[in-house]
Amino acid sequence: MAEKAVKAKKEKIPRQPMPEQEPQVRARNFEEVPLGYTPETAMEEAKRCLQCKKPACIAGCPVEVDIPGFIKLIKEGDFTASIRNLWSKNSLPAVCGRVCPQEIQCEVVCIVGKKGDPVAIGNLERFAADYERAHGSGALPPRAKLTGKKVAVVGSGPSGLTVAGDLIAKGHEVTVLEAFHKPGGVLVYGIPEFRLPKEIVFQEVNFLERQGVKVECNAVVGRTVSLDELFVEEGYDAVYIGVGAGLPRFLNIPGENLIGILSANEYLTRANLMKAYMFPEVDTPIPRGKNVIVLGAGNVTMDSARTARRLGADKVRVVYRRSRDEMPARTAEIHHAEEEGIEFFLLTNPTKYLGNEQGRLTGMVCLKMELGEPDDSGRRRPVPIQGSEFELECDLCIVAVGSGANPLLTQSTPDMQLNNWGYIEADPETGKTTKKGVWAGGDIVTGAATVILAMGAGRKAADSIHQYLTWGW
Amino acid sequence: MFKIIKREEMAEGTVVLNEVEAPKIARKAKPGQFVILKANEEGERIPLTMAETDPENGTITIVYMIVGKSTALFKTLQVGDSYQDVIGPLGKPTEIEKIGNVVCVGGGTGIAVMHPITRALKEGGNHITAIVGSRTKDLLILEEKMKQASHELLICTDDGSYGREGFVTEALKDVLDKGDTQMVVAIGPVPMMKFVSKMTAEYGVKTIVSLNPIMVDGTGMCGGCRVTVNGQTKFACVDGPEFDGHKVDYDELMLRLQAYCEDEKRCYDDFCLLKPEYAR
Repeated sequence: MAEKAVKAKKEKIPRQPMPEQEPQVRARNFEEVPLGYTPETAMEEAKRCLQCKKPACIAGCPVEVDIPGFIKLIKEGDFTASIRNLWSKNSLPAVCGRVCPQEIQCEVVCIVGKKGDPVAIGNLERFAADYERAHGSGALPPRAKLTGKKVAVVGSGPSGLTVAGDLIAKGHEVTVLEAFHKPGGVLVYGIPEFRLPKEIVFQEVNFLERQGVKVECNAVVGRTVSLDELFVEEGYDAVYIGVGAGLPRFLNIPGENLIGILSANEYLTRANLMKAYMFPEVDTPIPRGKNVIVLGAGNVTMDSARTARRLGADKVRVVYRRSRDEMPARTAEIHHAEEEGIEFFLLTNPTKYLGNEQGRLTGMVCLKMELGEPDDSGRRRPVPIQGSEFELECDLCIVAVGSGANPLLTQSTPDMQLNNWGYIEADPETGKTTKKGVWAGGDIVTGAATVILAMGAGRKAADSIHQYLTWGW
Repeated sequence: MFKIIKREEMAEGTVVLNEVEAPKIARKAKPGQFVILKANEEGERIPLTMAETDPENGTITIVYMIVGKSTALFKTLQVGDSYQDVIGPLGKPTEIEKIGNVVCVGGGTGIAVMHPITRALKEGGNHITAIVGSRTKDLLILEEKMKQASHELLICTDDGSYGREGFVTEALKDVLDKGDTQMVVAIGPVPMMKFVSKMTAEYGVKTIVSLNPIMVDGTGMCGGCRVTVNGQTKFACVDGPEFDGHKVDYDELMLRLQAYCEDEKRCYDDFCLLKPEYAR
């Protein structure tokens, strides 16, 4: 018996690879890169989960998905029960399965990963959601008795949609207000089609609408309607603010207003929300650079670089002032970018842009950097090397060096406290702001972060809003 | 959906007026603010400063010139048709104060934008001299409305077919020479605003201009509408659209407006092949 057990252990199932489009093929199209598991591969992968008594993975998840639970149901082939289990904690599993940084959350603490590769939790989550979308019954989650309370959710990104999903289930009336003409926030305007097909986001929003959530687009809170008017004139009992960061950072160096320099926000909004990659079939144009530089090193940088590639660039270079170790982008995103032929110019910092008489970008002057002592962020500070100036040619530059707090809503709401950087002060446990009846979460509180952290903030705020609507402030 | 309840062609069909149902925007909008319109699913987001708002009937009025595919597409919309999306009111409203003698200079479709500002300044207790200009008589718009909104209306046409022959700057110079002008507001093509501002700077008269650069979201999120004002980068959508005319870098603005000229031409030419009757 003992011998048999040892033998069984040796025949460990390897982590099931995710099939992907070939790099040369996908670098010229906008279709999704990973193709998804089949039911057979998903069930095989699910077998690798040890069903730990004290699962570390759940603690690693900002919304505490019952990871062993939903994986066990996949192993048993009960995909419907699996997605129901996921929905009980996560209203956007198709999104999270694709864009969550599992490698620093649930998968990094997976026991199977101590010796070998961790269970592919993200791929399995994505499978359960995709299977339900393709084959599911379309049945809705249960909804509590109606309370007659009205909640406005400002912003339809990941945190807003999480709040809407949680509160509609608890029997409240929920309206989501979106400034753009389409709901989804960063999931739609920011994350490219090849990483998160927009159809998936719209189906997630539609799923919320079928549960009773009202979605009102073209509503700019702070302009079309003020926060106070939502209470006084429109009769809301509580408001959740999840508007995202939404203010592009530039380098503030000479020549930054040359034609051909765009914020990542603008570039990606044109490509994703406006579908400008289909121009002239759609009316919104997008600059198609042949020789493109993307500044920054985060996920948005990788998204911009890979978009430029797909729009026909011969050469795409990421220019970053620190080294590879400090790059904030997910390893998988950097890997995907490299596979697609994106080059990295590290320890390089632009000091000015160069242009021609037509006001169009032709290149930039850069300085070489070296790493010095750690700064406030704990990362080693890049220090310029004297006399190391050199020129890089380019005809398009995407500035993807982060975002600040957009003041549109907060400026029109003077009685809500902000921090020194203009982000909203909110209790980290409840999301309560200093203004009665108003909660906030996601990037407008924390500064630019991830989809799942915004969803985690939304979950906590929804619990707190529910308590308030039941018991008071 | 935002239904068109009134449509009027002006200036020999090169300019179109639409009154559109948008009750929430109409209730909030103030002179000087703009909206973003999108005709259909594939459409582009086009910013236009409002020419009129009617809070009681819940409508806003826009006046646009056919300059490319998107405005030509707008022109195809008839009474009863709808814009798929209208977003606003966006931007900061005009600061209406009692200043004294104000000259309002409007050129082209800028006259339509100038009109509610002129009227508000008049209602605010200012003495208004309005100067409007166009290339030729048949292209002049809203003459009657501007007459009512001002105390004195001066008309200029480049070819002399109506009113005074020449540019608005020449008429403006005569007014400024009287020496009692406290403020000038100029709205029209960028070169017009540039030369008006250059002239008023010589006279030391405060000047406000309204800018309409290329933008996407209109809420400060994309930064596409960057303009240099007083050496600093501003976003026209949230910091403007009105700025101190003496401090705007017009040359940069004119270049930036050309960013997509080739794409625009291609798109417009394709459209004209399909619908020649809507070409400019």
